[in-house]
Amino acid sequence: MTQATVAHDATPDYLEDVVKKFTLAAVFWGIVGFFAGVFIAFQLAYPALNLDLPWTSFGRLRPVHTSAVIFAFGGNVLLATSFYVVQRTCRATLFGGRPLGNFVFWGYQLFIVLAALSYVLGYTQGREYAEPEWIVDLWITVVWVAYLIAFLGTLYKRREPHIYVANWFFLAFIVTVALLHLGNNLALPVSFAGMKSYSLFSGVQDAMTQWWYGHNAVGFFLTAGFLGIMYYFVPKRAERPVYSYRLSIVHFWALIFLYIWAGPHHLHYTALPDWAQTLGMTFSVMLWMPSWGGMINGLMTLSGAWDKLRTDPVIRFLVTSVAFYGMSTFEGPMMSVKAVNSLSHYTDWTVGHVHSGALGWVAFVSFGALYFMVPKLWRRERMYSMRLISYHFWIATLGIVLYVTAMWISGIMQGLMWRAYDSMGFLQYSFIETVEAMHPYYVIRGAGGVLFLLGSLIMAYNIYRTIKGDVRTEVPYDAPELVGAKG
Amino acid sequence: MSLMSKHKKLETNAFLLMLGIFVTVIIGGLVEIVPLFTIESTIEKVKGVRPYSPLELAGRNIYVREGCYNCHSQMIRPFRDEVERYGHYSLAAESMYDHPFQWGSKRTGPDLARVGGKYSNDWHMRHMINPRDVVPESIMPGYPWLATTRLDYGNIADHLKTLRIVGVPYTDEQIANAKADLEAQATGGDVGDRYPKAVTGPFDNDPGVVTEMDALVAYLQVLGTMVDFTTYDPNLPENLR
Repeated sequence: MTQATVAHDATPDYLEDVVKKFTLAAVFWGIVGFFAGVFIAFQLAYPALNLDLPWTSFGRLRPVHTSAVIFAFGGNVLLATSFYVVQRTCRATLFGGRPLGNFVFWGYQLFIVLAALSYVLGYTQGREYAEPEWIVDLWITVVWVAYLIAFLGTLYKRREPHIYVANWFFLAFIVTVALLHLGNNLALPVSFAGMKSYSLFSGVQDAMTQWWYGHNAVGFFLTAGFLGIMYYFVPKRAERPVYSYRLSIVHFWALIFLYIWAGPHHLHYTALPDWAQTLGMTFSVMLWMPSWGGMINGLMTLSGAWDKLRTDPVIRFLVTSVAFYGMSTFEGPMMSVKAVNSLSHYTDWTVGHVHSGALGWVAFVSFGALYFMVPKLWRRERMYSMRLISYHFWIATLGIVLYVTAMWISGIMQGLMWRAYDSMGFLQYSFIETVEAMHPYYVIRGAGGVLFLLGSLIMAYNIYRTIKGDVRTEVPYDAPELVGAKG
Repeated sequence: MSLMSKHKKLETNAFLLMLGIFVTVIIGGLVEIVPLFTIESTIEKVKGVRPYSPLELAGRNIYVREGCYNCHSQMIRPFRDEVERYGHYSLAAESMYDHPFQWGSKRTGPDLARVGGKYSNDWHMRHMINPRDVVPESIMPGYPWLATTRLDYGNIADHLKTLRIVGVPYTDEQIANAKADLEAQATGGDVGDRYPKAVTGPFDNDPGVVTEMDALVAYLQVLGTMVDFTTYDPNLPENLR
């Protein structure tokens, strides 16, 4: 009783030109976003890198990094995979065809460029992950509606009786992100000739609205959408049906219902009323269950195919991503408990948590999907080199380990230093002493970022050679040399 | 199994599925956001909180523009160490005129909710030009261009008008005098009638020109100083939230 079997391989009917463009854009923006991250990481270790210029200071570049990785890299991966998956699982060509697909593609790239340029030039709403000013917000709304029309239209004209589970997640992602975007960006421009606007809400209401948006940018952009990717690419690559259809129903509805409530855990012990904080904490803890429902469904799909972990580095990326998803979605509810949050909030622990999810889950499942799609889209037998995929995997994994452990140590250490008292009953550390103590960990974090960036460059090279039509002669992983046979 | 047969309706009808998703995801937000506008005790009743003066507002816009919120919070939590380090924990009333809020989520640098009055204007100016001149271990970027960039305030009255539409109680008088008040505050004139407790300039070494530095320092100097805590009792029933 699974639906993975309804997925069909490529036929010439599918509109693949647009999917190819989104795939290449994802690789390009991924490298840009990872590089921006590495650069601002080293700015925190070596402040001279801010260059004393407006356009290169940390405060303007950090939104460039976050938007580049979330919306430019993640967004293009989601657009590529959702268009790839929806056509195949519906056995239908993309609704709106090439014109609508191209509009969404170029419209989305224009949004990315406008957003990045405006941050660097100092136009920002000052809301995390929702920095673009009102003009850019209006433009992305138009593009997003076009995306919804293309996706929903394809579902509507499908030639399969059922809508495949991956598409439920993609649809939830598209609909909810639209709702969040509209709700959180209500603002009044000072003049229609200028970029500056003031948000409709202020103070506590504005904070709640922002984190309703902010947490669900994680919940729907970075989770629901990428679960859609998992539900197609893991079963396809493992050549196994999805573990449990019933579990996918239960965890889908539970996940999207509970996620929306979790926003206030970003506002623990603030001036947000206690009742809202308590609601946020309670729902965040409950969210652990549907999150692990998704993890179990993904991992157990490998039942009977675990040996592929040894022989297929693409499966290794996919499985590791689901494992990171499980770890992050345990850590998140734990950090949403107020007692834990009193230590972790405002520290690097949060940054580490986000990156174990963003690098380990979002980026790894994306890499797995890209390595799966590229040979299919360009009609190649396989990727140019499976060895390079394996190198990418290990180098990136090492980078994540360095990154996350450095942030755990620096975050917990700084949280403890802030609250430390000496024997006389005075605060033991001045703030600047706690900043100084961060330095070695900021260097290690930067090094982890360099490794992750290096991995993505290897992927770009591998994809370039694959598209060019090259195949590297390699001993397949599934034909190990016999030990001792060399005599 | 019944769940699966019932679910068939949703997964065979794209529109119904979308509707189901919409209804499912809208509930949480409605329950958590709407009451914040309707429950009266959400914002404490305190004396002293006023709209920002035009110069402070211009400075706040520079604070937003430079992305200071990426590293500085403006939200002191009610813990012993935070109250000792930064001052009284933050009240909702203190950001009631903040469009947008700037509570922040990360303290790469210290909290700024009550930085007003802690350092001199001169200290702030030097710190902004090169933070390591006054705090050798600092990792904050330098902002030397603020001291040399003239503040663009030709349309400052429009900013006040826009904020009045979204709920900040600027008076007609304040809007009419916005530009003059801004210049007066930057150059050491008195704006205390319209904006009590406003810190006046000069904020940098060039009192003849209103720079972005003047505006930013004026904003930093008012942060957390508005509430009259001698008249605020956190244990009154209307202040328990």
